[in-house]
Amino acid sequence: MIQLTGIHRDFQVGDQTVHALDDVTLTIDSGEYISIMGPSGSGKSTLLNLLGLLDKPSSGSYRLNGQDVTALSDIQQAQVRNREIGFVFQMFHLVPRLTAAENVELPLILAGEAPEQRKSRVTRALADLGLSDRSHHKPDQLSGGQRQRVAIARATVTEPNVLLADEPTGNLDHKSGQDVIRILEELNQRGITLIMVTHDPEMGQRARRQLHMMDGRLDIDQLNQTDSAGDGTA
Amino acid sequence: MALHSPDIAWFSWGALRGYPTRTILMLLAMSIGVSAVVILTSLGEGARIYVMDRFASLGTNLVIVFPGRSETAGINPSTMMGETPRDLTLDDAQALTRSYNVRRIAPINVGSADVSHKNRSREVVVIGTNHDMLEIRHWELAQGKFLPELDLDRASPVAVIGSNIRDELFGAQRALGKWVRIGDRRFRVIGIMGSEGRSIGVDVEETVMIPIASAQQIFNTSSVFRILVEAKTRDAIEPVKQFIIDTLQERHQGVKDVTVITQDAVLETFDRILGALTYAVGGIAAISLAVAGILIMNVMLVAVSQRTAEIGLLKALGASSRQIVILILAEAFMLSLLGAMVGFLLGQLGSWSIRYAFPDLPAYAPAWAIVIALTVAIVTGLLFSLMPARRAAGLDPVLALSGR
Ligand SMILES: Nc1ncnc2c1ncn2[C@@H]1O[C@H](COP(=O)(O)OP(=O)(O)O)[C@@H](O)[C@H]1O
Ligand SMILES: [Mg+2]
Repeated sequence: MIQLTGIHRDFQVGDQTVHALDDVTLTIDSGEYISIMGPSGSGKSTLLNLLGLLDKPSSGSYRLNGQDVTALSDIQQAQVRNREIGFVFQMFHLVPRLTAAENVELPLILAGEAPEQRKSRVTRALADLGLSDRSHHKPDQLSGGQRQRVAIARATVTEPNVLLADEPTGNLDHKSGQDVIRILEELNQRGITLIMVTHDPEMGQRARRQLHMMDGRLDIDQLNQTDSAGDGTA
Repeated sequence: MALHSPDIAWFSWGALRGYPTRTILMLLAMSIGVSAVVILTSLGEGARIYVMDRFASLGTNLVIVFPGRSETAGINPSTMMGETPRDLTLDDAQALTRSYNVRRIAPINVGSADVSHKNRSREVVVIGTNHDMLEIRHWELAQGKFLPELDLDRASPVAVIGSNIRDELFGAQRALGKWVRIGDRRFRVIGIMGSEGRSIGVDVEETVMIPIASAQQIFNTSSVFRILVEAKTRDAIEPVKQFIIDTLQERHQGVKDVTVITQDAVLETFDRILGALTYAVGGIAAISLAVAGILIMNVMLVAVSQRTAEIGLLKALGASSRQIVILILAEAFMLSLLGAMVGFLLGQLGSWSIRYAFPDLPAYAPAWAIVIALTVAIVTGLLFSLMPARRAAGLDPVLALSGR
């Protein structure tokens, strides 16, 4: 469970203060499917980075599973990122010199897992995403959709509770984007909390709960009426 | 959350291979520094051993006597009265044989004279000495016999000539038994000195040796230039030195007007000077390693900024600042180690080439220099990478990932 209370995130740009997040209060339950929409510069990425402990709020409190995570040490925060949270980026962010399997293995290496266990988990994660035959390919030998699937495998190989996706389809063609969304929704149906930033209303509409941001504020927080993908269609 | 060492090595190795230009540049800087230390110290050490060997070949347990107080002794009665120091004589030399600790002595006179055979002639360094000179200097004859055993004050018309002199005066002809003219006297050639006897001070191939009494006649003098005294054992050197000082002081009416040096003292001085020289060049070369360190720092800084996104990603995947520092330092360590090894090999190759070009010079880098070069290389590599590593660890992952 995620609880944000009175979150502010200010950036100092020259002599101006940008309120990227302005008094955001938000509670997210385990297993929810949430989309975050809003115009460019409205604070969506900032919110997601904050949820992923990549950024710290200027003020306000952030509790993850009841624990105040802003008070944790650097090493403890790194552990939370490693075990509890998975990230999927618009730019994929694969390490170009590493193969698909090695990229997926990275979080397990950072966690200090034994090599034998790592191999089987990586194999399973790649198989789940239909990438078994691509495991020894370098990122530049993969299509955009395949790259994003490798990134998803990497984000989920540690079996986190929360998956954060910042415009995961932003760099993909329509069909690959559809594939990626379907995969993310499948993961959500298996229990992961999915929080996805998107500027594509069609995709945002599929989430059970839709947030809308404007100038750093959460101005709309609504449940999906049509409920097209959240539960039913599996 | 502890990284496994093989994983660290694997990741760093991959990073190094991913940026070959940078890696090769750093390897080059490192290896030049290390090989400079190895080559320069091997040169210094080789020169030291070369000179020491040459001095050691002067003889064994040698004590050398020459007239006059050495300048370091300062003022003494004879200089106060404005006298020139008293000459050494053959009688002085003879007196030095009367100690149980003295094995043998050789007085020496040196001058230059025209030496001729038939119509061929040249100017040559003529050494007057005695039979024992051969043994004292560990010389070996190429042909014939050395000077005969004679009383010191007995002249004899016999000469031992260097092989170069023989070639010039006799060409392909047999020289042994032939007569040569030295100054205004005739001498019969009884022995030839070859290159075997080459040692510091005297190039025996280029000299002519005759009995010292004969030399005194040619040069019209009664003095002796040097007296070489060989002590029976190493422990006898000091007693012999004291014996010489006492004996000659007594013979010279109580005036201490000779200088006595031991071969050991000379060796020690040279050893110290040349050893210090080796340390100095080694130190200068080690500075080039520190310069390599600064280069490494800059290149690692570039490496960190080149890989900003990757470092941000590692953080997002759960790397702690400490892990980032470890990964960057591991990379620097690997580079330094590799650079040090390449440099070591280059250095060995360099000193091998020196030995190949100058076979007389035992140019081997001393062990301490190799240990220091490798340690300094690795320590500077790590030290100068601390700052870039800290910078990497301090990167804001959001900015790093957004490429802002
Ligand atoms: N590191 C930063 N420094 C300065 N301003 C920033 C920084 N990060 C974000 N901002 C500003 O904060 C606001 C929100 O940015 P962001 O969360 O990236 O928006 P979105 O993802 O909704 O497009 C924007 O005005 C942006 O310029
Ligand atoms: Mg954004």
